[in-house]
Amino acid sequence: MRAIISLFLISVLAWGIATALNEIPFGAAKTKVGEYYIGRGKEQTGASNIVTSVVVNYRGFDTLGEVTVLFVAAIGLGAVLATRRKKEKRDVEPASLVLYTGCRLLFPLILLFGAYIFIHGHLTPGGGFQGGAVVASAFVLVYLGCRGRRISETASKTVESLGGLVFIVVGLVGLAVGGGYFLSNYLPKGELNSLFSAGIIPIIYIAIGFKVGSELAGVIDHLVEESE
Amino acid sequence: MIFVVSLLTLLMLSAAIAALIFKDLMSAVIASCMVSLIAAILFYFLQAPDVAMAEASIGAALVTAVFIIAIRRTKRYEE
Repeated sequence: MRAIISLFLISVLAWGIATALNEIPFGAAKTKVGEYYIGRGKEQTGASNIVTSVVVNYRGFDTLGEVTVLFVAAIGLGAVLATRRKKEKRDVEPASLVLYTGCRLLFPLILLFGAYIFIHGHLTPGGGFQGGAVVASAFVLVYLGCRGRRISETASKTVESLGGLVFIVVGLVGLAVGGGYFLSNYLPKGELNSLFSAGIIPIIYIAIGFKVGSELAGVIDHLVEESE
Repeated sequence: MIFVVSLLTLLMLSAAIAALIFKDLMSAVIASCMVSLIAAILFYFLQAPDVAMAEASIGAALVTAVFIIAIRRTKRYEE
């Protein structure tokens, strides 16, 4: 009986999704705003990656909200898991030599790749969130492969707070001296497709990259701490 | 092109079904990691490299790590 009811409910859901998807033409432009971004985005923001110009410039305030949500989630996790006192450094069983050496070899390369993604956020695909997640996955590799190593909690919290602070301060300076609204792009746009271009976009994306990377690494650190 | 995409979609669906029926939770987590990885490749084919990067690094790496840490704390086999 239960199976029949679930099957019925799932088919109703599938029918609803299928009709809704049928109404939307796949890949066709529905609104004018997308056309505007694609046509004018490059000259208005100086970023050759349109996605970045939308995320950081046109919809920068939404990105601040996203960063805040991530921050609150990380703080909440820390508050739940940090109830116990930190234990003293214990001797953990070391990983095999191949794993240990491989992790030590790969760690700086993955960090470099993450930094590349968020520094070049306005030129190539990717940006602060993706680069930060790649940086955090480098720390995951260290936690899994070189057991017993930990990042300093003070350092990660400092980097995280500095990243958020840079974002807010750059936005507020735009409110004060720039175009008169929060996160207006007041720095010189520079030459299209060069590293030093697009005004405040690279600064904000680097800040987001550091913030997201240290935040996610801190989350993993709390979980690993709890699991041992 | 369409052949490759169909093959990847089929692989993704079978990985998702495998994640549901595996009794060994570690295998189920690896199967769900494979779903994320193939989703990332499909995003790339749909010309969304930004989304593909986020999916690969968060869906395949970080979420899998969190699940593995959780399994280490609890039981590995489903009853």
